[in-house]
Amino acid sequence: MKEFTYVITDKEGIHARPAGELVKLAKSYASSVFVIKEGKKADAKKVFGLMGLGVKQGMEITVQVEGEDEDTAAVALETFLKENL
Amino acid sequence: MAEEFLDKKFSGKTVYNGITMGKVLVLRKDQEQIRRIRVENPEQETKRVQDAVDVSKQQLSMLYNKAVKEVGESSAAIFEVHQMMLEDEDYLDAIYHVIRTEMVNAEYAVAVTGDNFAGMFAGMDDEYMQARAADVKDISARLVRNLSGQNNMDFSTMEPSIIVAEDLSPSETVQMDKKKILAFVTVHGSTNSHTAILARMMNIPALIGVPMDLREIQTGMTAVVDGAAGEVIFEPTESECSKAAQKIAAEREKLRLLQELKGKKNETSDGRTINIYANIGSVSDVGYVLENDAGGIGLFRSEFLYLGRDNFPSEEEQFQAYKQVVQTMGQKKVIIRTLDIGADKQADYFALGKEENPALGYRAIRICLKQPEIFKTQLRALLRAAAYGNLSIMYPMIISAEEVKQIGSIVEEVETELKQAQIPHRRPEQGIMIETPAAVMVSDELAVLVDFFSIGTNDLTQYTLAIDRQNQRLEDFYNPHHKAILRMIQMVVDNAHKCGKWVGICGELGADTQLTETFVNMGVDELSVAPPMVLKVREKVRAI
Repeated sequence: MKEFTYVITDKEGIHARPAGELVKLAKSYASSVFVIKEGKKADAKKVFGLMGLGVKQGMEITVQVEGEDEDTAAVALETFLKENL
Repeated sequence: MAEEFLDKKFSGKTVYNGITMGKVLVLRKDQEQIRRIRVENPEQETKRVQDAVDVSKQQLSMLYNKAVKEVGESSAAIFEVHQMMLEDEDYLDAIYHVIRTEMVNAEYAVAVTGDNFAGMFAGMDDEYMQARAADVKDISARLVRNLSGQNNMDFSTMEPSIIVAEDLSPSETVQMDKKKILAFVTVHGSTNSHTAILARMMNIPALIGVPMDLREIQTGMTAVVDGAAGEVIFEPTESECSKAAQKIAAEREKLRLLQELKGKKNETSDGRTINIYANIGSVSDVGYVLENDAGGIGLFRSEFLYLGRDNFPSEEEQFQAYKQVVQTMGQKKVIIRTLDIGADKQADYFALGKEENPALGYRAIRICLKQPEIFKTQLRALLRAAAYGNLSIMYPMIISAEEVKQIGSIVEEVETELKQAQIPHRRPEQGIMIETPAAVMVSDELAVLVDFFSIGTNDLTQYTLAIDRQNQRLEDFYNPHHKAILRMIQMVVDNAHKCGKWVGICGELGADTQLTETFVNMGVDELSVAPPMVLKVREKVRAI
């Protein structure tokens, strides 16, 4: 399992549009992807769950990736977060 | 269903002639109550959900593409997010769970799940997330619509269509893109309803009182609407189509001949003239006015600014709208009628409440005089816009000289305020609508106080004949040519002329070419008619 943390810099937090794009990206990998905020865990392949975390600017999230393509997936996800959120 | 659909030809009452052929768009009433129905076969219901999800996703993808082109990618993204929400496994699983455990129909399961998820977002302490509750409701409503086959009006993707409905309210028609409406066909309504007025404005055929069963009519069917024959044919045969095509061509030819009257005077053979202006209901109608060569705008209904929204339009918003119209019209006269809301024109935020007898109730100038803050906002916008062109103000529903004096002192106040604030403005020509029998009877007193009269024959007729214009059962009693009305018009004209004031007619009667000669003989100075009628009335005047 790969795990990394990231602090959201986007002033709107994980709002609908990037949440949607993150879901799209997560879905393109076989690995399971979870996002954890303050102990709450959401499946990154489900947009409602992800948005439901209510992640805002300045909050730290932990991303857990587990599966056959976890290495490439983790890199791609981290890049996406840095570029968009 | 198509083969059982035998009775496809219906007769109705024509409110506007003309003929057209095109696709049908059925508008069904919003969100009928969703019923909870027990089912024997839940898998069939989950399959229905899957199908509805697919249809919904296709619709959203179309909407997305259209929005990208029209408003850009970032604004369009919401439709993409909606598509993702529809793919969300938690959401879909929740729906399937309800269907399987409660053994209920798909519509009910979707509605319940939508409410639950919306509740979850609404409960979050984040404004943005709370707003997502609306998205969840939106996609759930779309699913329900697709499940029950009601394709609710989605004006954003509307193709040019024949609008078929039980009835249409002014706030519904106000939202439509008028360029895309080919005809109106309704089960209810009366020839003087606002749908009818709109049809006349837009020069499109309209039929009301059509005894059709909306359940048998689907969006996407072809139909021919023949106003002259008072007939609508759904799924016409080939021969019916070609007959319609011939009539459509003949009508185009007639219109072409009328076009030759553009630029010509409204003058009788013995040299008498009359002004022919146009009635409009929104800024976008100004194009129709110029296209039809009207001499000015005789009635600009300002309600469009107030209807179909959630709160009062600001002074600035109104100012911009009025200014745009007077500037577009150049030196031509633009008569703007102040707020005429109430009775059959309602906006929720006015909180007018139910009245026993709205036509005789709290409406128009009565609201303005009782709630002067609403009135003053509009007056400020009007006085400011008057600095930019040939604007006149007209006050509706007057019954007494006292009211006119009261209006005068409010205008005075507004003018003083603008002067003090050094905001450019002008006190324009001001007139009143004569649309109550009371105003007719005291028109000698009123003529002294105002610059002009405009006779609103629709209300004047309904108040004089004591006939509700929305009541279909009374259509046979409603005689717009009643002697009482014609005598009243003569009386108003005489009283105005004694004081050197001018008189116009801005009701539907003004466009009645059977009466054009009578009006010219009476000395009426101006007729304000729906834009497509301008040239027809001109033709009539020139034939006198």
